[in-house]
Amino acid sequence: MTLKDLKPGERGTVIGWIDEVPPVRLLEMGVLPGSVVEVVRFAPLGDPIDLKVRGYHLSIRKHEAEMIRVARA
Amino acid sequence: MAHHDAPPTPTDAPPSLRRIALAGNPNVGKTTLFNLLTGLRQKVANYPGVTVERKSGRLTGATPAEIIDLPGTYSLNPKSLDERIAYDMLVGRIEGERPPDLVVCVTDATNLERNLYLASQVMDLGLPTVIALNMMDAAEEAGLDINASALSHALGIPVIPMTAARKKGMEALREALLADPPAPAIRRWTLMSAVASKVHPLTNVLASCVPDLPAPQRFSEVLHTLANDQALAYWADRAPGFHQAVLDARTDLNTRNVPYRQAEVIGRYGWLSPLVAKVVTRRKNAGELSWSDRLDAVLTHRIAGPLLFLVILAVIFQAVFSWATPAMDLIEGVIAGLSGGVRSLLPRGAPTDLLVDGVIAGVGNVLVFLPQILLLFFFLGLMEDTGYMARTAFIMDRIMSKVGLSGGSVVPLLSSFACAIPGIMAARTLANERDRLITIMVAPLMSCSARLPVYTLFIAAFIPAGRLFGFMGYQGLAMFSMYLLGTVMAFVAAWVLKRFVFKGDSSYFAMELPPYRLPQFKHVLWRMVERSKLFVLRAGKIIFLMSIVLWFLASYPKADPPPAMQAQQGTLEARYAVTLDSVATAQGLTVPAFLSLGPVEQALGLIAAGTPDTETELAALRIEYPKRVTGAWAIFEAQQTLDEGLTTIANEKAGYQVRNSFIGMFGRALEPVMRPLGFDWKISAGIVTALAAREVIISALATLYSVGDADETSPLLKDQLKADTYPDGSPVYTPLVAVSLLIFFVFALQCISTLAIARRETNSWRWPAVMWLYMTGLAYLFSFIVYQGGLLLGLG
Repeated sequence: MTLKDLKPGERGTVIGWIDEVPPVRLLEMGVLPGSVVEVVRFAPLGDPIDLKVRGYHLSIRKHEAEMIRVARA
Repeated sequence: MAHHDAPPTPTDAPPSLRRIALAGNPNVGKTTLFNLLTGLRQKVANYPGVTVERKSGRLTGATPAEIIDLPGTYSLNPKSLDERIAYDMLVGRIEGERPPDLVVCVTDATNLERNLYLASQVMDLGLPTVIALNMMDAAEEAGLDINASALSHALGIPVIPMTAARKKGMEALREALLADPPAPAIRRWTLMSAVASKVHPLTNVLASCVPDLPAPQRFSEVLHTLANDQALAYWADRAPGFHQAVLDARTDLNTRNVPYRQAEVIGRYGWLSPLVAKVVTRRKNAGELSWSDRLDAVLTHRIAGPLLFLVILAVIFQAVFSWATPAMDLIEGVIAGLSGGVRSLLPRGAPTDLLVDGVIAGVGNVLVFLPQILLLFFFLGLMEDTGYMARTAFIMDRIMSKVGLSGGSVVPLLSSFACAIPGIMAARTLANERDRLITIMVAPLMSCSARLPVYTLFIAAFIPAGRLFGFMGYQGLAMFSMYLLGTVMAFVAAWVLKRFVFKGDSSYFAMELPPYRLPQFKHVLWRMVERSKLFVLRAGKIIFLMSIVLWFLASYPKADPPPAMQAQQGTLEARYAVTLDSVATAQGLTVPAFLSLGPVEQALGLIAAGTPDTETELAALRIEYPKRVTGAWAIFEAQQTLDEGLTTIANEKAGYQVRNSFIGMFGRALEPVMRPLGFDWKISAGIVTALAAREVIISALATLYSVGDADETSPLLKDQLKADTYPDGSPVYTPLVAVSLLIFFVFALQCISTLAIARRETNSWRWPAVMWLYMTGLAYLFSFIVYQGGLLLGLG
């Protein structure tokens, strides 16, 4: 499953990527294999997603989220 | 890289002064700390050739040191401009900037891992580094216990806990700044072996190709070039041997499927995660929400979020328009008063005209913007400082991404409804250079407040006052349509630019939502002043020069007023003299004798005052000296007639002058080009003058039509416009022409200041030129379509 499939309140552990690797910036911000991420909410219009990762809030678009494979935590 | 070839940046610090750099993620209180350390002894400039701010200041206190606030970055991996600058400053690659003697990594204690990522990169450069562990209070509130000494031990460098916003920990930090710099740390994280086995030989290649490169920097440089194409490109011409070696290494790693582009990230976090876990303990349960999180639940709520956003915007706009307007009127009044005063003090002639109509008017054109700009910058600063700005991007991103932009463009574009200048400057917050450029390019299409007087004049004069379906007034509808047109076109233009010019970017958007913080008003106000100063100095210079040039073009060549006008003046003056004479003679005196009579002087003074009190006095005087007061009245009325007549003549002379000036000639030359849009030469001339500032067309038209001092509400100007006809009798302005002109103003870029700021923000004249061309093109095209189409449909 990917990050996009998580619902608000759910957590997952990043285990890899689908197809291409996301831009390095996303990894530098702390989203890499082994990271625990929690979906806090979706934006009012449905996109982007507010994630809690390594103690802070990161906002990413759904189409980025669907590149990231997670295992439900 | 551009800045490497630029002339040296003069730093006014003597070479022996200790240089301390502040590095850190955005939103960690680095600026607060910088302000605390330097007081107001700061200097903001730009790094050579780029629009990144270079902030430096002197450390307050007895021992001098120079503090440099590096751009806030999440990494030193040079992908974005900010990262390149930060990295280049730290390794001494910028002309005139030697590397710092000490680096303070300002870190947010509430999310250590991500913050220490950057710190570990700084440490790897072999520079003496100190960690300023900021926001300890927030960490405490979040239930985090951080063992600073254990952290220091694990990292190998000093760690100073503090809360800059509350000035805690400052003494310890100052001690550390002035003490002997700590020894550079040893690298304690490991790179995956497949990559490490390439990196070590590459550092040797680099050492032999570039012997001047300091040894501690080699590892980081190799790491960057391996994973980052831009970093590698830097060496293509400078060290081709090294460049090729890296390419070979990449090829080899690719064939073995080694994830070398992520090696650094994996390695660093691999070390930092367990390190932080050992050093930080949580007291409260993990599920408890901070007050910031609770606030977010409301402000980014599905329904309340957008609603509150609209409310906040409405408040800001209302404030800007209602508070700025009286201030702008005040400034206009002061300028008018100053003009009048100077004119009456100085002798008549060209230098006085230059001073009053050129210089003072020019300064006025700049200053009149100031209230709006100050207010906008204030609100923008407030939104940034509290963290709300990020939420506006979060809420609006979905809509913006449809046209290829991101949520970060929302506030810059909305600000442009008031004035494109703060809007364009606000685009600096966009991390993505392409998005930023597109935002800058389309911001002027959002109908700014300078267009409002033009819309008002022409809509009031030419759009009928009826109501559509008895509900919405045609005039209001027209106004709204103009705004809508500009906005829609801005989005279309953005889409076109994204699709065809700045082709397809990976539209990714990772953005931090920083915790909400109380704004620091002193800081917000200081930033407001700094940014406004920038406008006044940069755009101001250009508007000012342009105003003088336009004054010159409108005042020369000097046209002698036709003899008929001079004769008129003579006739008026003669008539006045005759009236005076007949009044005086009727009472048996010469004119000077009559005027010097006590009751006559008194009566003239009372009539001129015209208040209820003076009228009572006057009535009493009339009973005492009926003949004198009657005479005084006759003289007063004659004076009025003379004054009005002279003013009309003066206006006509001014009109005559402008019509025969360079601007008039230019307008006439332009007329054939503008006729298809329905514009005659006067409108064309007016459009040219609008280049200095849009609303200048109002005063230009007023002068061209010899109306004198008029603004957009002047009935006199409206009447003149409506009455104007071509030699064949057909009206110059029809509703169709008015609409065509309105549309022209919606799209045309007629603001020198915008061009000036765009030049500054994009560092070249290319983009402002493109901006001017495409917007003028749009203006011409749509005016043409509307006017010609209207004629075809018989609406002319």
